[in-house]
Amino acid sequence: MKWIDYEAPNSVREAIDLLNKAGDKARPLAGGTDLLVQLRARAYDLDTVVDVKNIPELNELTYDPDNGLTIGAATPCYLIYNNADIRSVYPGIVDAASIIGGTQIQGRASLGGNLCNAAPSADSVPAMIAYNGVARIAGPNGERDVPIEDFCTFVRQTVLERGELLVSLRFPAPEANSGANYIRFIPRNEMDIAVAGAGVSVVLDNGDIKSSRITLASVAPTPLFVQEAADAIAGKPANEETARIASGIARDAAKPITDMRGTIEYRKHLCEVLTRRALLTAIERAKES
Amino acid sequence: MPAKTYVQTTINGEHVDFLCEPRQSLLEALRDVIGLTGTKEGCNDGNCGACTVEFDGRIVTACLVLGVEAEGKEISTIEGVAEGSSLHPVQEAFLENAALQCGICTPGFIVASKALLEQNPDPSEHEIRFWLANNLCRCTGYDKIVRAVQDAAVKMQEA
Amino acid sequence: MTTTVDYERNMVLATKTYDVVGTRPIRHDGTDKVTGRALYGADYDTAGLLHGHVVRSPHAHANIRNIDTSKAEALDGVLAVVTHADFTGDSEGMVDMGEGAPTSLKWLRDNVLASDKALYRGHAIAGVAAVNPHVAEEAARLIEVDYEVLPPVVTVEEAMADGAPLLHDDLKTMELGEATDNASNVADHFQHKKGDADAGFAEADVIVEREYRAKTVHQGYIEPHNATAFWNADGRVHVWCSTQGAFAVRDAMAQLLDLPVSNIKVTPMEIGGGFGGKIPIYLEPVAALLSRKSGRAVKLLMSRADVFEASGPTCGSWSRVKIGAKNDGTITAAEVELAFEAGAYPGSPVAAGAQCALAAYDIENGTVDGYDVVVNKPKTAAYRAPGAPNAAFAVEQAVDELAQKLGMDPIELRLKNAAKEGTRRVDGPVFNRVGLVETLEAMRDHPHYSAPLGENQGRGVAVGFWFNIGFDSAVDLALNDDGTVNLTEGSTDIGGSRASIAMQAAEVLGIPAEDVHPSVVDTDSVGYTFLTGGSRTTFSTGWAAYEAAQSLKSKMIERAATIWEVDADSVQMEKGVISSTSDPELSMTFNELAGQLGGTGGRLSATASGNYQGWGGSFAGNIVDVEVDPETGKTDVVRFTAVQDVGKAIHPSYVEGQMQGGSVQGIGWALNEEYYMNVDGGMDNSTLLDYRMPTSLDLPMIDTVIVEVANPGHPFGVRGVGEANIVPPTPAIANAIQSATGTRLFDTPMNSVAITAARSSNGA
Repeated sequence: MKWIDYEAPNSVREAIDLLNKAGDKARPLAGGTDLLVQLRARAYDLDTVVDVKNIPELNELTYDPDNGLTIGAATPCYLIYNNADIRSVYPGIVDAASIIGGTQIQGRASLGGNLCNAAPSADSVPAMIAYNGVARIAGPNGERDVPIEDFCTFVRQTVLERGELLVSLRFPAPEANSGANYIRFIPRNEMDIAVAGAGVSVVLDNGDIKSSRITLASVAPTPLFVQEAADAIAGKPANEETARIASGIARDAAKPITDMRGTIEYRKHLCEVLTRRALLTAIERAKES
Repeated sequence: MPAKTYVQTTINGEHVDFLCEPRQSLLEALRDVIGLTGTKEGCNDGNCGACTVEFDGRIVTACLVLGVEAEGKEISTIEGVAEGSSLHPVQEAFLENAALQCGICTPGFIVASKALLEQNPDPSEHEIRFWLANNLCRCTGYDKIVRAVQDAAVKMQEA
Repeated sequence: MTTTVDYERNMVLATKTYDVVGTRPIRHDGTDKVTGRALYGADYDTAGLLHGHVVRSPHAHANIRNIDTSKAEALDGVLAVVTHADFTGDSEGMVDMGEGAPTSLKWLRDNVLASDKALYRGHAIAGVAAVNPHVAEEAARLIEVDYEVLPPVVTVEEAMADGAPLLHDDLKTMELGEATDNASNVADHFQHKKGDADAGFAEADVIVEREYRAKTVHQGYIEPHNATAFWNADGRVHVWCSTQGAFAVRDAMAQLLDLPVSNIKVTPMEIGGGFGGKIPIYLEPVAALLSRKSGRAVKLLMSRADVFEASGPTCGSWSRVKIGAKNDGTITAAEVELAFEAGAYPGSPVAAGAQCALAAYDIENGTVDGYDVVVNKPKTAAYRAPGAPNAAFAVEQAVDELAQKLGMDPIELRLKNAAKEGTRRVDGPVFNRVGLVETLEAMRDHPHYSAPLGENQGRGVAVGFWFNIGFDSAVDLALNDDGTVNLTEGSTDIGGSRASIAMQAAEVLGIPAEDVHPSVVDTDSVGYTFLTGGSRTTFSTGWAAYEAAQSLKSKMIERAATIWEVDADSVQMEKGVISSTSDPELSMTFNELAGQLGGTGGRLSATASGNYQGWGGSFAGNIVDVEVDPETGKTDVVRFTAVQDVGKAIHPSYVEGQMQGGSVQGIGWALNEEYYMNVDGGMDNSTLLDYRMPTSLDLPMIDTVIVEVANPGHPFGVRGVGEANIVPPTPAIANAIQSATGTRLFDTPMNSVAITAARSSNGA
């Protein structure tokens, strides 16, 4: 690895100053489970890494029924999936956080890092979109909020501008009678990159789908939010037939490539299977909620 | 060449200070700077678990931590698992169950297994396999490793 | 995955019992390995150590027009840079690296540091030594190589096609033993023939004929290759490395560096897995050349990507099998064609694959054709029963189809045609006592074979064969005053062989295994010992330990006779007690005698060495249950039973470990592992994330049945057990997937993409 400098600021302000000064020669370091691998592969040419784990706001983990959930961008996965509130109120986030890497990776990897890394296969992003997540960004010109479905703009590209730092991920309290689920397909049973994934949420109203959110992983340059699938099932009964309608639309919306992880045909097929299965689980969870 | 960073940390309960370059991983710092070579490198990208250490109470792969991040932390490595000349029950169970062949993955498995049993004293076979999925072994097919962890769980509960 | 178990999960079908052999003591090197104290190659450190980095070709196939190292040499902190030009002495002649056919010295040197051509992505071009690994890596990036990029060929089918780009202009095909003038990528075509295959097929009522492909896979040891070398001012070179054969490294270094073998000392460090892949040398000569230039010790480590792209792998292959049988199940003829990738230089394991292909069957009429084909991938290295899994993937599926067409149970069909003592293999040799029938019977009688299957589940069986080799081993024993014995050997211990060798000495001496202290030492400190490979270590070095112990025992008996002033013929030593038949009062323990040696004529030691023969091959069989997700094609192995004739299990736990480990490597090869090659001939998945070896969560417990049919050629009946177990899993899983889904797959990996595509084209 080429020489890098290491900075570990204690405040958002300091971090922004460091990032703003260095521009694309610096990146934030949270868990490092992507960044250090990429630096060794020289995917980025950095002079500085800015360790953001000493900043209180990036370690926040709070929930209340009125204001919802705030997850600091650097909070490692294991603190998220071991959190009792998240386990009971946001099980779809637990679905994702507990399958990112293995045990050791989960000791470091963060949802903020997963989002900023902007891989199409990021497991947590469809789950966060399912819960209407919003990314709170701080920068030289103050704070702004971006819906998570708008955060990634291409493979490894995001809305973050020079000097901007992802501070936290915020989720409203879920509506009554709602449920969510994230599942992916991998050839192994752990330690693998999604060949395809589906993160969904549903809100039920008297046994019908009131609304839903459906996002696919690994089948487009960014996590693919499929609004048309959600629109197509609004008002329909919450059953397998309805799930099939949405999953068929999801399959058609997917724009995957063929690579070492799967073919176009297989990935589109998986989008149908995974969306259907995730919807049925989310419906079950909504009924139990 | 720019200056190295002075790091003060705690390793296996002892205060340790060392100099390292910011680009050096914790794995490099442990092995090449501090001389604790029991922690092994198998892939240098977090996928084999041979460099598993405890870092502030949670297992991590040392290759994905920078050495400078050790500042003020508490680190436990394979060298700190035995208490003096007494092997830890997990180490005994690995020996008695023939849970190692070449032994290169063994330090990582032992550190990870010990951490599992400290937080889940009676794990199911599935829980053991899930917890250890970040640790690759190419020799044993895992059978005897899983048995060793089951056996260590019994030993630790009896102790 | 947890199943209710009402049977013994690790059975030992023992036919003879001993006091030490067949027990399960704690391995002697165990404590060092569970405490992190054991020193592996990468752990070695010495005063003034430099760290190196190897520049590797980014192209799969290219002419090297020029290498400019000047910028690297100028970088602060760099002490030496070497290229192929730093080799001294000419490159004529052939070198025997131990496993497989001798290879040309030029090719061996070119594989260590390329001269005129880069033949695979990852091919070593130059080496750098610097004050730390990061500076060495930066310097390596400053080396400018002028490549003329050529089109690559990465499969045997591409390489054998008309007009294929040639890797070596001077490679001329050997055709059925005759040199030809045909320049091609086919280094060798040979044929084994027995009887008349055409006549045999004419007798058959049922014939199966299919083509199969197995993908290139890697041994996947967790420890990357490493080497430290110091070229002393006196001209002697000391190497510390992880190797399966310290003497093999010494011999190869002598050839490559044009030095007498006595100028080279190799200290084998603990080795973190090999499976055949740590027989060749890669880094050792580069480290030595860098040391000669810098005057300092130099350490080189491969990255994981280097391991995938520049070491190993074993061959991908294309195979065709035609097999025929009468309605009663008698196999009348078989025809097998095997084309195996050699990698960049000739020497695929096709010869061994061809010997094993039909080894399980007593067949009157058969032919086996083998093709050794160079491709733009790393030179293949041995991998656990090299060549046999590729052949078995084909033959054992064809036999399964034959059973289905005949309406016969697949184990009964194999039993009906099983090779046994006296069977002449298609490639010529006649089997001595082998345990295939006993292995098949143990499979048939195992509760697994008759257990009910669940929904979407299927069951498959297969068998496989592998030899074990003998060759040179040496053991020294020294008796300590406290009655323990120091055992010195030269076989690097990859999986508990110190224990299995010490146990054979302990058995002879009548003392506990714990009282023998084994050490693996350097090449200056023990007699010539062939490599740890070919399933030979427990067999050959164990035999040397047996002989050395017999020698020590004789000396102890003589000494006791001297002390007692009786005739040595009247003295016996059994179970740690020395006594005389001439006087029942004359008796002492092993320890008592050991304590008196100093004052009664001096301490005793003994040595034995030999070129041990009388090897016996091993048959293995699997019963596998898989469950296939009907929608995603995801396949889980839900139950697996490995059965193997091991001759005699010296330490059953480590024999089971071999069977379980080999089985799981086979499972990985069957389901997910492959070199995924891109259009430029590079490997896309050269990380442990994307190469996808099985994790603990991908597997059930691996049940074992140790079958003991003693090898008449070994004092304890040992057969080599390390390798045969990787042979049956790939076809057994293919057969199980067929059973679960009705769809047969002819190519590895049988992953979810392939299964889903095959089922959809079958209309499922």
